[in-house]
Amino acid sequence: MSTVAVFNKASPFDTLQRWLPKLVVAPSMLLILVGFYGYILWTFILSFTNSSFMPSYKWVGVQQYVRLLDNDRWWVASKNLVLFGGMFIAISLILGVFLAVLLDQRIRKEGFIRTIYLYPMALSMIVTGTAWKWLLNPGLGLDKMLRDWGWEGFRLDWLVDQERVVYCLVIAAVWQASGFVMAMFLAGLRGVDQSIIRAAQVDGASLPTIYLRIVLPSLRPVFFSAFMILAHISIKSFDLVAAMTAGGPGYSSDLPAMFMYSFTFSRGQMGIGSASAMLMLGAILTILVPYLYSELRNKRHD
Amino acid sequence: MTDSIAVSPMARPYGKTSFSFSRLAIYVTLFGAAAVYLVPLVVMLLTSFKSPDDIRTGNLLSWPQMIDGIGWIKAWDIVGGYFWNSVKITVPAVLISTFIGAMNGYVLSMWRFRGSQLFFGLLLFGCFLPFQTVLLPASFTLGKLGLANTTTGLVLIHVVYGMAFTTLFFRNFYVAIPDALVKAARLDGAGFFTIFGRILLPMSVPIIMVCLIWQFTQIWNDFLFGVVFASGDAQPITVALNNLVNTSTGAKEYNVDMAAAMIAGLPTLLVYIVAGKYFLRGLTAGAVKG
Repeated sequence: MSTVAVFNKASPFDTLQRWLPKLVVAPSMLLILVGFYGYILWTFILSFTNSSFMPSYKWVGVQQYVRLLDNDRWWVASKNLVLFGGMFIAISLILGVFLAVLLDQRIRKEGFIRTIYLYPMALSMIVTGTAWKWLLNPGLGLDKMLRDWGWEGFRLDWLVDQERVVYCLVIAAVWQASGFVMAMFLAGLRGVDQSIIRAAQVDGASLPTIYLRIVLPSLRPVFFSAFMILAHISIKSFDLVAAMTAGGPGYSSDLPAMFMYSFTFSRGQMGIGSASAMLMLGAILTILVPYLYSELRNKRHD
Repeated sequence: MTDSIAVSPMARPYGKTSFSFSRLAIYVTLFGAAAVYLVPLVVMLLTSFKSPDDIRTGNLLSWPQMIDGIGWIKAWDIVGGYFWNSVKITVPAVLISTFIGAMNGYVLSMWRFRGSQLFFGLLLFGCFLPFQTVLLPASFTLGKLGLANTTTGLVLIHVVYGMAFTTLFFRNFYVAIPDALVKAARLDGAGFFTIFGRILLPMSVPIIMVCLIWQFTQIWNDFLFGVVFASGDAQPITVALNNLVNTSTGAKEYNVDMAAAMIAGLPTLLVYIVAGKYFLRGLTAGAVKG
């Protein structure tokens, strides 16, 4: 009798306890399934329709992709992405590693210097873009300043130069992200076993050799992570272009994210816009999949 | 000299002397680089306090002939309302997404069930998702819900698309805690929420800080969602700033532009200065996986 009573009393509570964790994550799970995967599928479907100003579900096959690949502006945006991404990643990595190695030499005021290198990362790309647009202003920015300071022949008008405007984006993006790369490598350097370095020094190796041959190669995982993040930032870069150049002059500084926005939301070409979004997803996946694969493989080896 | 090295060999592993030409070069490089990193901020501040004439006659780093606050006053007139929009969007979105992240992370680390790993994997991908692939359907949905062009709509969007990171933060933090602790409490009859409230929450302060600061910076600095989902009265400060800077009507008032940029940048800058430690930890924690 009493056991039955206990059983009855405990049962609903136990059942609730068993279901509670699932109940708690259920809303999130639903949101993820709909808001991430359902929406990607939806965009995927839209990219095969003739949607223009309004969504339409008239199937047109790969026509939007064909139109996209025929579009000169898309090619400009893609080439810009390769150029911008390549330079942005390379320069940020070199600068970040260089500053991290210097900062790792038991520097006084290290915390203070580090804080200065990293602060741009706290700012919005819109603020960064606004600031650099002003600094690179032809006629009033650095252009004028260096002439005022006595460098008579100095000209800096890249912002209105179709051929060079992408470099302006690179400068601003490097300013924003290189301090972050520095911080990642500095954290990595702090994890390097000091006795290896001392042993190499005893063997007569010079400090630059030690760093290039021993220390930096051991930071391969940090290189991969930093590369991933920087590549990710460049593919998603939208705000910086919007604030600094709005894609101009003409569309010479367009990036895919900017292309997608303007075709989808300003020019009423949802079909092409969706197709470009899918290609962006493809670009992310081609760098993400090998990365996750190597990450998981490393985990298994540990 | 030799004594100090003998006593603590770790004190100076690389150089044998405390002063040398190369160390001087290192310091000069480091401080020089710091000065370069500071230039844009200094220029923004100087320009924001100059008069338009002063801007045309002086140069970027010239000191204002007279400190002129008109740029700040005009800027606040233009973007002040949108500053409050950003506050209205950021505060609830940060709190809600952090709470959801904590709950999800707790379940995914301490109450695993069949399929929870799959859920985590699906969520993780959200950290890498290019938002361009969800913008259109999300804007249709907000329209259907009657939330298009509202700050509430943006709160909802930021909660959904911020969940991946907040869950990741808490899950990775709780995974490191021995689950024997939770098992013991469960044997003692403590329930789901009791264990969370009594055992995990009190030790979660660091990760809560990391998560709050990460979300605050992300949401305050967001431009893409703001420009797509909110126009007119509901737009956040980043969108308002961009509109101000990129309008081509009338003479450009660079002092106003720079003051507005400072207004948009100050909140995150202050958070960074006050809580930089957590900011960096969030960046690297988010970074390793995102």
